[in-house]
Amino acid sequence: MPAVQETVDQVRSIDVDQYKYGFFTEIESEKAPKGLSEDTVRFISAKKEEPEWMLEWRLEAFRRWQTMREPDWARVSYPPIAYQELYYYSAPKRKEGPKSIDDIDPEILATYEKLGIPLRERDALLGIESGGAKVAVDAVFDSVSVATTFKEELAKAGVIFMPISEAIREYPELVRKYLGSVVPVTDNFFATLNSAVFSDGSFVYVPKGVRCPMELSTYFRINERNTGQFERTLIIADEGAYVSYLEGCTAPMRDENQLHAAVVELVALADAEIKYSTVQNWYPGDKDGKGGIFNFVTKRGDCRGDRSKISWTQVETGSAITWKYPSCILRGDNSQGEFYSIAISNGRQQVDSGTKMIHLGKNTSSRIISKGIAAGHSDNTYRGLVSAHRKATGARNFTNCDSLLIGDKCGAHTVPYIESKNSSAQFEHEATTSKISDDQLFYCRQRGLDPEEATALIVNGFVKDVLQQLPMEFAVEAQKLIAVSLEGSVG
Amino acid sequence: MAMLEIDNLHAKIDGEHGKEILKGLSLKVNPGEVHAIMGPNGSGKSTLSYILAGKEDYEVTDGSVTLDGEDLLEMEIDERAAKGVFLAFQYPVEVPGVATMTFLRSALNAQRKKRGEEEISTPDFLRLVKDKAGHLGISQDMLKRGVNVGFSGGEKKRAEILQMAILEPKLCILDETDSGLDIDALKIVSEGVNALRSPDRAMIVITHYQRLLNHIVPDFVHVMHKGRIVRSGGKELALELEANGYAEYQQDAA
Repeated sequence: MPAVQETVDQVRSIDVDQYKYGFFTEIESEKAPKGLSEDTVRFISAKKEEPEWMLEWRLEAFRRWQTMREPDWARVSYPPIAYQELYYYSAPKRKEGPKSIDDIDPEILATYEKLGIPLRERDALLGIESGGAKVAVDAVFDSVSVATTFKEELAKAGVIFMPISEAIREYPELVRKYLGSVVPVTDNFFATLNSAVFSDGSFVYVPKGVRCPMELSTYFRINERNTGQFERTLIIADEGAYVSYLEGCTAPMRDENQLHAAVVELVALADAEIKYSTVQNWYPGDKDGKGGIFNFVTKRGDCRGDRSKISWTQVETGSAITWKYPSCILRGDNSQGEFYSIAISNGRQQVDSGTKMIHLGKNTSSRIISKGIAAGHSDNTYRGLVSAHRKATGARNFTNCDSLLIGDKCGAHTVPYIESKNSSAQFEHEATTSKISDDQLFYCRQRGLDPEEATALIVNGFVKDVLQQLPMEFAVEAQKLIAVSLEGSVG
Repeated sequence: MAMLEIDNLHAKIDGEHGKEILKGLSLKVNPGEVHAIMGPNGSGKSTLSYILAGKEDYEVTDGSVTLDGEDLLEMEIDERAAKGVFLAFQYPVEVPGVATMTFLRSALNAQRKKRGEEEISTPDFLRLVKDKAGHLGISQDMLKRGVNVGFSGGEKKRAEILQMAILEPKLCILDETDSGLDIDALKIVSEGVNALRSPDRAMIVITHYQRLLNHIVPDFVHVMHKGRIVRSGGKELALELEANGYAEYQQDAA
């Protein structure tokens, strides 16, 4: 298996520090004044040249947020977040917004290049010639989108793919119709905060009957110190449309924690399908738990039309704290929801992640495959809810939660909730917890694999069902990430 | 100098009060030879195979083991494998989600790399597996399944021999390979092993019963009891044991 070998080589080439995206880009930035107030909200809205309704929407969220309490039910512990000590807006400084890729600060381009994301379409096109698939990228640097590639080609197909800040100005009716329709402004503490201060993110609209001609991708990078990143993504697949969307994230290594509170909303109308894949590799903190990203994310998809389908696939390897439950509301009859997850924790990382499948329509079905891998001193919790409404006759769910422990200082927990209000629903739940056994390691090593190769092989086998769901390029990247994340967990 | 030289080997289970299992075992194995080690349960046969392979649950307290003159006990498990030590497990371990094919290729390339050789090309590898698997009656479907997952007892043992055939070790240790096999499976496995006999390869066949040795005919038979080899002879010794059992040795001990 060359990929395993490659991962191991990569692990070896990395120094003491395992996180290879930890560099910081020296660039002048423009920030909002520190702290959060109505003025901050107005500042952000003004920066984005937003219409009045958008400002009102934000202010309402902000007022609501002030009355809310931070949730504490997740199995994670962290020092209180000093919301007034954060910056809520940071943008690379320049006089005007970039008009074309050539206007982007070369430092930023270099950053993305270092991360392996070519923003220049030319380079991306070269990628095709060498056999890779074509991927359109929207790059978000701190609070703003710095580049979106292949815009014109997408426009030919009628697909809108642009920074959400632009979409608010250019397609106000579409944004207004769908923004907050899946994750309401009042949904939860972090989502409400995001609604008040979100600065950028991606907007996708795929019109009726259109199959998006390429993979869409957003690459999030937190660069600035003490800055929260609050991106907002809204994806709408109109009737019969199809889109596959990829999201990747990294951040520099810092001693202090950084807050990331994103909201992602997906809307699938009748017969539409959305595939959303994430490879989350935020800085996890050092081995003693110093630094790292606090990742509090609300992701939800609404299968609004009949026979629609939404599929979440996530590979979670980074962040000091992960609080994330990509969910599906199965509103349309015969709609389908899927959740495939690999969550890996090492060092002092804490993961509380899972999904909600809310069955409202008739004959709706959902499938959950979750693979948690805990190593080091980490804690890894799967938390899930499967519920069937009174009218959701014939609802079906299959859940499989497997946990793998590496070493004896880590923990794996499974917290599944199942609620059924009608007797025709069929819910199945399977769960296992296992350890990489000494016998497995001995067996693999007796055949010639060293301890790291053996662990990478065993873990890749464990997560195989989920890796298969990822687009090819992502699967390879994810496989590498898995090995890197588990570096130092053996022996 | 023999390929494998075990001299006065003493070993105990790891830990403060670990029981001593090998108590002064000596054995010389030359290339091309097949040695059978027989003995009652608990005589230390499997422990010997684990110690040769490098399992970490044991501590060697005295004696030495060399492979081609090199100190085997100093080597890591995977280093020993790359030097040509192969253990066919009594209870092969499951590795879910890792296709047998993938496992074989990872193992072969890992060994090649350690020896400073080129990785095998995909077409060459596929040809190699197809050829060897065919002889052992291993289907393509089995090669796609997870290592040993859902394999019957016979399939597991055949898969072990397939691994042996692909990795082409110098020293093969077969630990109770006959256990759990019916007579047909025993035949297939034995034929697979016999096909691997060669002038530059040595084998140690550990077994409780003589019946395996009807199929894999040894050059030497050793009787192991209480952590030592108490008697050695030719293949006829196995027949004698079959007739008389191990009672003689157990009485000696009492």
